[in-house]
Amino acid sequence: MTSTALRSRAWKLLEMVTTPLLPSDYLDLVSPLRAGADLRGRIEAVRPETADAATVVIRPGRGWRGHTAGQYVRIGVDVDGVRLWRAYSLTSPTDRRDGRVTITVKAIPDGKVSNHLVRRATPGTLIHLDQATGDFVLPRARPAKVLYLTAGSGITPVMGMLRDSGLDDVVLVHSAPRPQDVIFRDELHRMVADGKLRLTEVHSDTDGMLDVTRLEELVPDWAERETWACGPAGLLDAAEKHWSEHGVPERLHTERFRPGVVVAGDGGEVTFSVTGRTADAGGATPLLDVGEQAGVLMPSGCRMGICFGCLTPLKAGAVRDLRTGEITEAEPGVLIQTCVSAAAGPCDIER
Amino acid sequence: MTAIDPTAHLTAEQIEELGRELDAIRDEVIAGRGEKDAAYIRKVISAQRKLELVSRGVLLFSIFPPAWLIGTAGLSVAKIMDNMEIGHNILHGQWDWMRDPKIHSTTWEWDHVSPAEQWKHSHNELHHTYTNVIGKDNDLGYGIMRVDEDQKWHPFHLGQPLWNFLNACFFEYGIAAYDLELGKNLSSERRRKNPEFRERARAVGRKIRKQVLKDYVIHPLLSGPSFLTTLGATFTANLVRNIWSHSVIMCGHFPEGVQVFERRSIKGETRGQWYLRQMMGSANISGSKAMHFMTGNLSHQIEHHLFPDLPSNRYAEVAVKVRALFEKYELEYVSGPLPKQVLSAWSKVFRLSLPNRKSEARTPEREPELLAA
Repeated sequence: MTSTALRSRAWKLLEMVTTPLLPSDYLDLVSPLRAGADLRGRIEAVRPETADAATVVIRPGRGWRGHTAGQYVRIGVDVDGVRLWRAYSLTSPTDRRDGRVTITVKAIPDGKVSNHLVRRATPGTLIHLDQATGDFVLPRARPAKVLYLTAGSGITPVMGMLRDSGLDDVVLVHSAPRPQDVIFRDELHRMVADGKLRLTEVHSDTDGMLDVTRLEELVPDWAERETWACGPAGLLDAAEKHWSEHGVPERLHTERFRPGVVVAGDGGEVTFSVTGRTADAGGATPLLDVGEQAGVLMPSGCRMGICFGCLTPLKAGAVRDLRTGEITEAEPGVLIQTCVSAAAGPCDIER
Repeated sequence: MTAIDPTAHLTAEQIEELGRELDAIRDEVIAGRGEKDAAYIRKVISAQRKLELVSRGVLLFSIFPPAWLIGTAGLSVAKIMDNMEIGHNILHGQWDWMRDPKIHSTTWEWDHVSPAEQWKHSHNELHHTYTNVIGKDNDLGYGIMRVDEDQKWHPFHLGQPLWNFLNACFFEYGIAAYDLELGKNLSSERRRKNPEFRERARAVGRKIRKQVLKDYVIHPLLSGPSFLTTLGATFTANLVRNIWSHSVIMCGHFPEGVQVFERRSIKGETRGQWYLRQMMGSANISGSKAMHFMTGNLSHQIEHHLFPDLPSNRYAEVAVKVRALFEKYELEYVSGPLPKQVLSAWSKVFRLSLPNRKSEARTPEREPELLAA
């Protein structure tokens, strides 16, 4: 018998010992970061960067496969007892000796997770991690001339790249409201002093918003440079237009943080993505009824919100709890009670 | 059903107002759910797992009587915690709001021979929706006992003190049979061959096999020379857990003073009327914090039946407000210490094993009013 087969036999036996739980349920009590566990990390420090941004140092579990500069990681954080998942750029170099990684988070107004991480997270807290992902990275064949175009927290993936690779000719154009709002300002200026970087800071409070047409003046050879841009949608849209108009769209690589914001409304089109059916739903009709009327086989139970027999994944959009008025937005792993939830705008139900 | 309807003094408007007041209590707890509640259930789960591990560890040496005693006591408590404060409540969806896939009604499995999925249907859906409605709520005597004067007497009921005792000892198997609706489903060839029933029966079989293998084969074998004593210890722990859960659950709906309802009475029931039925159909156990914990907070059965999906650690604070509503609306809040309630439920079991006079003739007096509302 091979050792893997032997190990899986042993594991099977162990599962019989711990049934109905799994051996990992017990191992997690003592060693949540071990190899083979669901990927988690432990927050080891939270360091303020600006008034509303902080760097979170995370010791990832043994299953962490590392990252490439410029990538992001999804983390699951319990905020007020509720697990919420968000993606943040990794800002640590890939060869950090102690194996820790960092993310740098800017608190956005009303942002549940970002405010929690910047202001309330404490060392020792366990968080959940996905593997690093994203293709906002430098190619293996390093370009001779690079331009980074960033605004606000758009600096974070670029900082990961700046800390990681020794490129010869790098220009960074970065925009923030005021000098004190520039995340990593001291370190960027040290890089400039060391001759590793040419930096143009645009302070939008005094200089106005960064206008991409001004690049001609700020970086005359911008069109020859391989460019990575990250920031608010307005900046990225303008950049894409600008690069296209100058016939060099392939030189521009962009990273968008928030693909879309759900606006909760009253009723909307409901998509049942498994069966491929759609139906128009009013804001007061339970989604269970909507599905049944559309001919979708819906799991059901008490029909009054007490038995949790109708739980169904919400894949996109938002729903409203008909009892409390509470809005639930789609996130991976979010299940809703269809018997007491109505469409709050277009939504996608996995049925 | 009692001859005098204890809710007869309430008008339809009052019942709806009561419903609104209860909704407000619920909303307040939901708005306040947070980190402390999440920490509570995690702590309980972690404590239960540690206690079970340590107890099973101690039982490896159960050939020594002190180890047997400590290990058996620990395992009994661990099994009670698993079933009551953890399993029952997670399977009610009380902790789904945390969005932790490991502590969720859709993924949780418990130390019990009835698979979580089947129990959720018979308990959350049938029992909690049709609480104490004769013919709809099988918890009313579990289909083997007569617990209300209005239920038809049959000579079979003469033996119900014995059935009830056996059910208490092997309660988890009773629940599994109950979840399968075994009596009904075995009654005819057609029902026995129903593929859906057979699949569910197979699932129960698999669960029983796993549970029995763990408790009565694997752990005893791991104990080597302590094989027999470990086996005895596990049997005892299961027995203790079963009798304990049975006693607690009997106190929830069987003691004197609790009402049952006719099938007709729930037709077109409003939210207020539904709440009122939960209030009149449930009974509490009074006692210390430890008592509430060991009953999985089912000592707050009235509050649990009003708000089955609120986190169990909140029932104590909710109870204060609910009790005030009982007083305000002049309703009887049935509550008492465990021995008293157990005795009350058992005396009912004995009393109703014999026929009562004119049981068929009695009409529920609250019905016209409920229908009129």
